[in-house]
Amino acid sequence: MEPETLHRAFRDMLLLRRFEEKASQLYGMGLIGGFCHLYIGQEAVVTGIQYALGPGDSVITGYRCHAHMLIAGVPPKEVMAELTGRAAGSSKGKGGSMHLFAPERGFYGGHGIVGAQVPLGVGLGFAHKYRASDRISVTYFGDGAANQGQVFEAFNMAALWQLPVLFVIENNQYAMGTAVERSAAVSELYERGAAFGIPGGRVDGMDVAAVYHATQEAVAGLRAGNGPLLLEMMTYRYRGHSMSDPAKYRSRDEVSKVRKERDAIEQARQALIDCGHADEDAIKEIDREIKAIVNEAADFAQSAPEPAPVSLDADIVVSA
Amino acid sequence: MVQQTVREALRDAMAEEMRADPDVFLMGEEVAEYQGAYKVSQGLLDEFGAGRVIDTPITEAGFAGIGVGAAMGGLKPIVEFMTFNFAMQAMDHLINSAAKTLYMSGGLLPVPVVFRGPNGAAARVAAQHSQCYASWFAHVPGWRVIAPYSAADAKGLLKSCIRDPNPVVFLENELLYGQSFEVPEGNDHLVPIGKAAVARAGSDVTVAAFSIMVGRALEAAETLAAEGIDVEVIDLRSLRPLDGAAVLASVEKTNRLVTVEEGWPFAGIGAEVAALVMEQAFDMLDAPVARVSGADLPMPYAANLEAATLPGAKDIADAVRRVCYQE
Repeated sequence: MEPETLHRAFRDMLLLRRFEEKASQLYGMGLIGGFCHLYIGQEAVVTGIQYALGPGDSVITGYRCHAHMLIAGVPPKEVMAELTGRAAGSSKGKGGSMHLFAPERGFYGGHGIVGAQVPLGVGLGFAHKYRASDRISVTYFGDGAANQGQVFEAFNMAALWQLPVLFVIENNQYAMGTAVERSAAVSELYERGAAFGIPGGRVDGMDVAAVYHATQEAVAGLRAGNGPLLLEMMTYRYRGHSMSDPAKYRSRDEVSKVRKERDAIEQARQALIDCGHADEDAIKEIDREIKAIVNEAADFAQSAPEPAPVSLDADIVVSA
Repeated sequence: MVQQTVREALRDAMAEEMRADPDVFLMGEEVAEYQGAYKVSQGLLDEFGAGRVIDTPITEAGFAGIGVGAAMGGLKPIVEFMTFNFAMQAMDHLINSAAKTLYMSGGLLPVPVVFRGPNGAAARVAAQHSQCYASWFAHVPGWRVIAPYSAADAKGLLKSCIRDPNPVVFLENELLYGQSFEVPEGNDHLVPIGKAAVARAGSDVTVAAFSIMVGRALEAAETLAAEGIDVEVIDLRSLRPLDGAAVLASVEKTNRLVTVEEGWPFAGIGAEVAALVMEQAFDMLDAPVARVSGADLPMPYAANLEAATLPGAKDIADAVRRVCYQE
């Protein structure tokens, strides 16, 4: 990765992490309700992938979607205000943490039913091919969703019709509290496309440069019309499945080992210093900047007004 | 006017809209090379090619989701279910992905998809292939639920639905596909969504029905006319939004109401229409509302039992006499 790109990645990943840490605080204060699934630990995946995409490409994922919004360029305060259920939120307070959308930036949600986004993402890929464009669909799902039947239905049609879909499994090792080896008969999830002729590969999802390069290569093939591909990003979430999960199904040691040895942000920080592109002061300055952005988002999300009662029955259907 | 079957009218509606808008395409099981399991898509593959008339594998959850995703991506898919019985496999995408997304996104992401196919009882296929899902779908906010009777309405409503920016569930009826009706000529015949029609004007009793039951109600009305009872038949056509005003206007005139549907009675369309009239026109009623529906049981196979399950003109006529206190 070029030092400039790495610098940008460090900054973006730090934003994703600080944003989630702040969301965790606001959740603890009762300002965010319901389910809230944090992305802490997985930042390198969306960052590396987004950098390999271009305008017009589409992205879709499940409910762990705050980071996907931020990396698509949605202002943090719009995302945070959605989490607090305010009118200025990206879904005007109607969707919440799991239902975030920014179609004008190529992000199609934010879907709450495990695995349902996979056929939807293939549909987005279908639309690109239908229009004979070279744009692609990136369809994210987790190791848990990888067991849903409709994922295989979607694989079949994506391959049958040679659709430009990059399937990305964010394998964070646990489907809620169930470890991959307790839910998948074969733990090599990247091989799951093989029955449909979909090539798959495994990538270190804690290394932003590895994610970026693997995605660049995949995207080139997709744009050339070579049909769908599957990448399994080996990553790890440091927090529970959602804010209400104390994560007692794994040891503290397991989590701290990953944090210590594989953390994506720490790796990027070290690489920046090692290549001489930044020193400790520059890193601190970035951290200060990011904290200010996140604090501003949090202040906005707490002070912005709730949706007006009259908005209750708006946007149920498009008025023709 | 031209004489057309419902099948031909539906085909023409799709063909006309596909000619007018390159974003409209048809996908489903056997829609292309086989020309449709019920031949509704006859000729479309020849005219529009395999890029726009697309055979899917037997994979309802998958292709319903792909259709919804394509609609999110800006296309206007028509997704055919070979029958709505098989749509049960895709229910999550219909409700959670299609009907709710506009609201959940604060209006950012419309889903202009049409799900269509035969609904309701077919002949001698037993419980899993013979069921009316009208009230299931009509229960859900966020989309349109349409159930036409005549070929003219089938064509005009399907065209309106393809143009509508919302998700649509378009409930056809296998036993009506071969029936002929008069259809306005030309490619600009549109029927508005959300408007009922007076299928037969009358002054004594309102019979509110939809889909194939409109025909049964008209049949009953003929019998009753000979007895001196003048029945007004309202063809609801659109179940969501339901044209409550049309029902109320008719009941204001007749003061009596019979609802008719093929589906189960519990929480059915008839229950909804009866509640509407009770809430908004209680004082207009001269008799309790009568509901005619399918029997409250899984559809049996044996011919006599099947016939006993489904409502017919006789059941409707009996209900009309009851609300007229002429039993």
